[in-house]
Amino acid sequence: MLARTDYLTKVYSLGHSLDVYERHVQGYQAARKVLLTMTREQVVEEAKKANIRGRGGAGFPMGIKWSFMRPHPTKPAYLVINADEGEPGTHKDRTLMELNPHSIVEGCIIGCYAIGANVAYIYVRDELHLSKERLWGAIREARAKGYLGKTPFGKNFPVEVYVHTGAGAYICGEETSLLNSLEGRRGEPRLKPPFPAQAGAFGCPTTVNNLETIATVPAAFMLGCENYSKLSALHHIGDGGVRLYGINGHVKKPCVVELACGPTINELIYDIGGGILGDKPLLCVIPGGSSTPLLRADEVVNAPDEKSPMHAWHGKNVMDVPLGVDTMRNVGTMLGTCCVTVMAEGTDPVLAMLNLMQFYHHESCGQCTPCREGSAWLDRTVQKLYDGNGTIEDIDLLADIANNIMGNTICAFGEGTAMPALGFLKKFKREFEEYATGARTKAQARLTVD
Amino acid sequence: MAFALSPERERELQDILTRYPTRMAATIPLLHLCQDQNGWVSEEIVQYVAHKLDVPPAHVQGVVTFYTLFNQKPVGKHQVWVCRTLPCALRGAYGVIAQCEKKLGIHVGATTKDGKVTLRTAECLASCGTAPMMQVDKEYHENLTPERIDAILTKLQES
Ligand SMILES: Cc1cc2nc3c(=O)[nH]c(=O)nc-3n(C[C@H](O)[C@H](O)[C@H](O)COP(=O)(O)O)c2cc1C
Ligand code: SF4
Ligand code: FES
Repeated sequence: MLARTDYLTKVYSLGHSLDVYERHVQGYQAARKVLLTMTREQVVEEAKKANIRGRGGAGFPMGIKWSFMRPHPTKPAYLVINADEGEPGTHKDRTLMELNPHSIVEGCIIGCYAIGANVAYIYVRDELHLSKERLWGAIREARAKGYLGKTPFGKNFPVEVYVHTGAGAYICGEETSLLNSLEGRRGEPRLKPPFPAQAGAFGCPTTVNNLETIATVPAAFMLGCENYSKLSALHHIGDGGVRLYGINGHVKKPCVVELACGPTINELIYDIGGGILGDKPLLCVIPGGSSTPLLRADEVVNAPDEKSPMHAWHGKNVMDVPLGVDTMRNVGTMLGTCCVTVMAEGTDPVLAMLNLMQFYHHESCGQCTPCREGSAWLDRTVQKLYDGNGTIEDIDLLADIANNIMGNTICAFGEGTAMPALGFLKKFKREFEEYATGARTKAQARLTVD
Repeated sequence: MAFALSPERERELQDILTRYPTRMAATIPLLHLCQDQNGWVSEEIVQYVAHKLDVPPAHVQGVVTFYTLFNQKPVGKHQVWVCRTLPCALRGAYGVIAQCEKKLGIHVGATTKDGKVTLRTAECLASCGTAPMMQVDKEYHENLTPERIDAILTKLQES
């Protein structure tokens, strides 16, 4: 059931100043309470109850991630906020930075305290100039009030928040690449282990949280973390709270909205997005950023086994399954960033795949041969089919290349390229074959629907 | 004449240096400051940044070549970036690119003869909900229509 909430978005229409944040949504009350009345351990235990699954794509529980941070005898700890927002189809974090920057600053204060860090860096992609300006503005306002600095709210626990900028590289959204970039290096992902909690920024224990993950923390502590979790339709499976959902592509009203976790894709398309352009039928969706494999409009859930976690939806269309970290994994894709890209019937799936393979080819950092060569080869081979020069064997070759990237790379960019490629090949086999045999040509190929 | 930051940017650099435990961490922010002033990152700037931050010039050069936003050669007075990635393409980005090429009389990647505009494509700029879109210098233009594109480009040509 669709439940609109406005914990994060209430101030979107009221203004981004500290004054509005304090007057209308009890801003900084949660941070004050946490710093003045709770121990660090209590904060982490409480945070676990919120069941905040990381909003950056992988869905790791935030409270558990915080609990990995152990005080180090000599090294400081860092909180690093991921605001690289580069995943194609993702447009939610930007709205928070522009319209509710204080929720981020307040979240950073609570996060720093919880993990024992005195400094938080917010890594923002360079292109988002307005976002950076609003964040710096919020930081200045919070510092002037004494909420940041040596003694926030009078507590002897210094907190500073800084904005750091990237310089145009999708891969810097990957957390270890982001850390290298923060240190002033090329944004190449690191081998794990060590994980950031052991050796992250500047070789010190570090937590990397997505920007929305940290922005939702004040609301969770205001409500009480268990109450916050219970807002979600998926609270019972550990996927709690509220999230920003985006809808883009072929819908009448693309937008970002805040909802209790667990709406269905059909609800997002028809109740939030106003339906499909020209009232066309749905072809497929990319559920949460281009690295999440697509779902076709005619897919149904097959879970006859009563013990299956998906049994409740057995026989139902995938577009009617609540969007959750585990539910999406169980239907063969990923929740990702909760921004859904909609494609109406008439969209050419081969051209859509070509567009995305060009993206991955352009963005591979080049460290691993399977990813560097594979992403280029995928791009070239789809282009060849699209140009009418391909054969049936090229379709098998594409699957082969993708399969050889999977599991053979330093970072998850490899899977993020291969999985959606395999999804297109499997779910639009007929269209690929039509290109190979000449039954379909690029002369008719469209990505827009009029 | 050797490259040097303007006094205002020099002050900003001093502020930046207070934020990190290492000088190297200022590499990207300092390169941005230099490029803002000079339009592109010349060899001289690479040397300057290396010297300022006590890092090898090869390190700075490695950073410059990794990130798409650092210009390794001179560019036009204005930068036009049209997002070409799928969500924008579903709402007409390819048409936007074609219109820009026609109006400016150049292909993607080139600069107009008068040196005013460099046209490039960008990968997803986090505006998929307001597509199609383009970035002009530091500003986003969203929900583009042919009329708005025409007006934006005319303004740049007349600048
Ligand atoms: C190729 C790649 C790109 C990524 N891009 C982003 C991004 O733009 N923003 C983000 O928050 N996380 C991104 N991630 C996920 C991060 O690595 C990391 O999991 C996340 O920032 C952790 O925050 P969370 O647990 O709060 O979600 C990306 C991961 C990969 C592999
Ligand atoms: S998988 Fe690709 S992006 Fe990730 S480290 Fe390897 S080459 Fe770089
Ligand atoms: S695809 Fe263009 S802004 Fe996301």
